[in-house]
Amino acid sequence: MIEVEGLSHTYRTPDGRAVSALDNISLTVAEREFVALLGPSGCGKSTLLYLLGGFLPIERGVIRFNSTPITGPGPDRGIVFQHFALFPWKTVRGNVLYGLEKMGLPRADREARAREFIEMVGLSAFADSYPSQLSGGMKQRAAIARTLAVDPGTLLMDEPFGALDAQTRTQMQTELLRIWRRSPKAVVFVTHDVQEAVYLAERIIVMSARPGRIKAIVDAKFDREDPQLVRTQAFRDRVDEVWALVHDNTAEAR
Amino acid sequence: MRVAVHYLPIVLIVIVWEAVSRFGIVPTRSLPSLTSVVNAWIELVASGEMLANAAASIWRGGAGLAIAILVGASLGIAMAWWRPLRMLVNPMVEALYPLPKSALIPVTALWLGFGDASKILLIFLACMLPVTLGAFNGARGCEHVMVWSARALGAGRLRVLWDVVVPSALPELLNGIRTALALSFILLVSSELIASRNGLGYLIGSLGEAGVYDAMFAAVLTVAFLGFISDRVFQRFSQWVLRWRA
Repeated sequence: MIEVEGLSHTYRTPDGRAVSALDNISLTVAEREFVALLGPSGCGKSTLLYLLGGFLPIERGVIRFNSTPITGPGPDRGIVFQHFALFPWKTVRGNVLYGLEKMGLPRADREARAREFIEMVGLSAFADSYPSQLSGGMKQRAAIARTLAVDPGTLLMDEPFGALDAQTRTQMQTELLRIWRRSPKAVVFVTHDVQEAVYLAERIIVMSARPGRIKAIVDAKFDREDPQLVRTQAFRDRVDEVWALVHDNTAEAR
Repeated sequence: MRVAVHYLPIVLIVIVWEAVSRFGIVPTRSLPSLTSVVNAWIELVASGEMLANAAASIWRGGAGLAIAILVGASLGIAMAWWRPLRMLVNPMVEALYPLPKSALIPVTALWLGFGDASKILLIFLACMLPVTLGAFNGARGCEHVMVWSARALGAGRLRVLWDVVVPSALPELLNGIRTALALSFILLVSSELIASRNGLGYLIGSLGEAGVYDAMFAAVLTVAFLGFISDRVFQRFSQWVLRWRA
């Protein structure tokens, strides 16, 4: 359970101006809930995610994870970045093993667990490859395996499929849902792609830009196992509805 | 085979060298023939002079460079990590950078005499700069998302320094060390030429003064060969360390 209360964040531009990135954000994410943070660039959605991760200092407001205020990063909140952030000097296996080493698991358990998660993302044949030898989609699979291997209660994803080509993106979205169904955890998924948000998330938090505020919260409970889902009228109506909300935001920001 | 073709131009120079001195195009006291240089080299090795002086030089260069790498790498990474240290050290680096380090030869000789210590200090001071700058630039280039990833995977703040910042800095750090390696040879030989009683630089200087030019050339070629080999070995080592790069 994630609770955000009255969260505001200001950052300084290189020339010293203060810009309000987030203004008085309050929201909750239930256990095992898949939530999307959707909004135009500059709406502070990534900043909000980094605050949830504990990577940035909290200036005003509070974030609680299971009733405990967060003070920094921790393995209870796994993160996946748009540009993968794999350790390029480690193989896929080495990357996945990293968090397991920090957990202090015995060697045999670490190896078994790494193998299991590498297999889950379909990279068994590339376990000994370095990230530089992988395609973008494979890199993101490796990064997801690395994050999931330490079994975080919450998964934070910062436009994880934004750097991939359209076909790979669709494939990764389906795969993420498959993984999520297998071991449900709270997911906070940042994106600016409306279709992606409606397809993946049970609840969509639409944000407006400068200052970043919550504009609307939209439910999107669909049967995601239905392969025809994206072609149903209900789905397309929801995409249009959310798109109108985001588009309105973008116009405001101008 | 490819290696042989690659170094063919050097073989050509060797042939031209032998020819010009043998046919008297250049007087042998300016350029002794290669065969006499080789004979002089064998004599220097047989008498034990070459080995004793080479050992002294390698010890000085190796020790100075090793300390420079240890201190420089630590300092550079610490500077990238901790702002106050950067503000303290940066002006010193900027002031020292353009100084021709050979100007310090008399200074270190004044402090520590004509022995090993003055050479080691000189090489340490001069080589630390490129190593520090390489480590600093490399560590600053470390992507913060990589640091964040490690933190979210359970690594503490100091642990991240070793696990993420140091390996990120490696490519630039190794470049800096390569520059330092070349610099160490320059300073080693020039300091031994000026203020020493042994070492390869001293050998070159003393043989030249004594007019034993074929032996002097043998010592010069030995230094050139050592420099070449150490750079090649270091390059191989770098490639192996950075084998994860595409």
